[in-house]
Amino acid sequence: MAFDENDNKLWLSGNEAIALGAWEAGVKVASGYPGTPSTEIMGNLVKYDGVYGEWAPNEKVGLEVAIGASFAGVRSFATMKHVGLNVAADPLFTAAYTGGRGGLVVLTADDPQMHSSQNEQDNRNYAFAAKMPMLEPSDPAEAKAMMRTAFELSEQLDTPVLFRITTRVAHVKGVVEKGEPVAGAEAGLEKMPAKFVMLPGNARMRRIEMEKRMAAARELAETLAENRTEEGAGPRGFICAGTSYNYVKEAFPEAPVLKLGMVWPLPEQMIRDFAASVDELVIVEELDPFLETHIKAMGIDCHGKDMIPNQGELNSFLVRKSVEPDSVGELFAPLDLPMRPPNMCAGCPHRGIFYGLSKMKDVFVSGDIGCYTLGFLPPLSAMDSCVCMGASVTIAHGMTKALGKEGEGKVVAVLGDSTFMHSGMTGLLNAVYNESYATVIILDNRITAMTGHQQNPASGKNIKGEPANAINLEKLCESLGVPRVVVVDPHAINATRKVLKEEIASPEPSVIISRAPCALLPEVVKAKNPPCSTNLENCTGCRVCVGLGCPAISWHPLTAEQAVERGYKEKQKGYAMITEVQCNGCGQCAELCKFDAIGKRGEN
Amino acid sequence: MKQSGNILFSGVGGQGILLASELTAYAQLQAGFDVKKSEVHGMAQRGGSVEAHLRYGERIYSPLIEPGTADILVAFEILEAVRYLPYLHKDSAVVVNTQKILPPAVAQGQMEYPDNILEELTARSINVVAVDAFAVAKEVGELRTANVAMVGAMSNFLSVAPQVFLDVIDSKVKPAFREVNKQAFEAGRKLVYN
Repeated sequence: MAFDENDNKLWLSGNEAIALGAWEAGVKVASGYPGTPSTEIMGNLVKYDGVYGEWAPNEKVGLEVAIGASFAGVRSFATMKHVGLNVAADPLFTAAYTGGRGGLVVLTADDPQMHSSQNEQDNRNYAFAAKMPMLEPSDPAEAKAMMRTAFELSEQLDTPVLFRITTRVAHVKGVVEKGEPVAGAEAGLEKMPAKFVMLPGNARMRRIEMEKRMAAARELAETLAENRTEEGAGPRGFICAGTSYNYVKEAFPEAPVLKLGMVWPLPEQMIRDFAASVDELVIVEELDPFLETHIKAMGIDCHGKDMIPNQGELNSFLVRKSVEPDSVGELFAPLDLPMRPPNMCAGCPHRGIFYGLSKMKDVFVSGDIGCYTLGFLPPLSAMDSCVCMGASVTIAHGMTKALGKEGEGKVVAVLGDSTFMHSGMTGLLNAVYNESYATVIILDNRITAMTGHQQNPASGKNIKGEPANAINLEKLCESLGVPRVVVVDPHAINATRKVLKEEIASPEPSVIISRAPCALLPEVVKAKNPPCSTNLENCTGCRVCVGLGCPAISWHPLTAEQAVERGYKEKQKGYAMITEVQCNGCGQCAELCKFDAIGKRGEN
Repeated sequence: MKQSGNILFSGVGGQGILLASELTAYAQLQAGFDVKKSEVHGMAQRGGSVEAHLRYGERIYSPLIEPGTADILVAFEILEAVRYLPYLHKDSAVVVNTQKILPPAVAQGQMEYPDNILEELTARSINVVAVDAFAVAKEVGELRTANVAMVGAMSNFLSVAPQVFLDVIDSKVKPAFREVNKQAFEAGRKLVYN
């Protein structure tokens, strides 16, 4: 039974499987904003024929595009990470009233443990709050199959359907079976104002429909194949969904399990029957006591968060240990080792800006979401806040209003090109309108880098890498009314520092566009910028280049004896060296070195 | 033939861990196992510690290896081998590349890279096989094959026939790099006699 790709079997990540599932379900229009762990869904979906897919500037836009396509009669799909659903919550809650014409599925990729996120909110709560069904698969194979169920439910119940995955579904690979694609309805105009125009009079009518629909969904949940009881032995039974199901099956393989594929609304009779069939009921779920709360509200006695952690990811070990603390053996204890946190890459253009900011100790740097959030880490340590997408600009503005004169020349916002497009520009508009003195630095590296190089409205290419209209950031800022817009090359590190000082000191709102492509962009890698190299005999051990925190530069300590042996002064504590294979030749360190100890290879 | 097992891959972003774990997964699939693999993308890639969990058996539910149950640890860097000690058990095999990549605090001179740190593993009677995958890669003339050399070394601890790995390389690696990767696999495999 060897794995054979000719046998309709594929080895796919959850995200690849979801893209395949959406295509097989006949999706015609999809829109999303990149966000770990959801990003690869859109990237893979646009590879299939017959699907229009796009990167939207933010999740609200993406969801509204999908709602529009549904209103035009086709199956449509919006993808985002968990915090993206906060941005898209406005259309979400009202789309629950309108429903659509074509099936509409909204995917939220949650990130328990915050592998790459600023919070670990549990988006199952949205299904309850917005009153719409939510499906949650446990692995790639289920994720693919459930996509079709999600679209069918959406059309059957006339509602958007939420589809929740977590990191351990999105970025897990498993065996998936290909299916037969369905054609999906064709688009066509049809006016349905009573359903689509949410004036209070219409909305009140739809509100009634919504309750009827949720009652129908609860009924349907009782027989949905995705909700199933797995018989077992022993007095203890488990209710679980999503990745938690996998952990329960590994930790307690013999136990009876009620596996929920639809996590909202709940199959109440099924739960009552299961609860009655076991002596002890344990709800195993990551993050919030979502199932537990609703099951307890049904009057059913169960264990849940009294045993299972309510923070971070679970795994089979944690589940076993939480339920039966005495069953786990001794482990080797971890050793105290130097940590290896992520770091801005060698040749990263952001480093030039953060180096400058790190020298301005009395300036508050209001940061944002992207690779550049790593500017927080030592040795640069040049970020003082980071809350959510686009908030750098607005938080900086709020600070200026609170600080008044006191804060002049001391408040700066830093955000990337994609984040600026996402939700930074409305904040900038506010800063101009309400007369801020904050300086906004747009780190324009020509790409959405953090999530793995997705295009955006300023990058000049669409999701497929084809040429597209490119927003001109300078003109955009000028047209928003910013009186001072300056473009700098962040690799020219001294000139950049000068501009930073001038603009931050200015009493008017100003924008600095720091423009240089991400060092990992294929065209930059291909250009093979010659690396820098160290003239070790000239190094005085001043450590200025080490202060950049570049992974290609390392410090090598010396004893007095070793220093003399190498021809250095006795008091020299060490020397810095560039690892040429890691160096991308950005030249920031060479410009900083006052002793001619660093130069481009071949020039020194 | 062993009916199930857990292989943990660890290293630093950019070392080719993804491809190494992919090739291993395909080989286990060809051998008839159910396989699941978990990795973390996003911020973890920016030069930080990277890990991939691979589990195989008749039916795999959880994509995550439990602490204390990694049968094989394939570490692409010395510190990244020792960091995963809590995942090991006394019969684990650790295949470790002798490369050192300095963590930021070491590169900036605030901490030292610990000496002889692999002794922490051998002192606990864990079977440690240290290989110079870079030297193998240099020998075959393509530095980017160090990861496949590691797969070759690791393959000694699996029941899957080496030919299965070579076939997987044939079907999954770009034509221009096939031969050199097969050479790296075979050279890596010869580094270990168990």
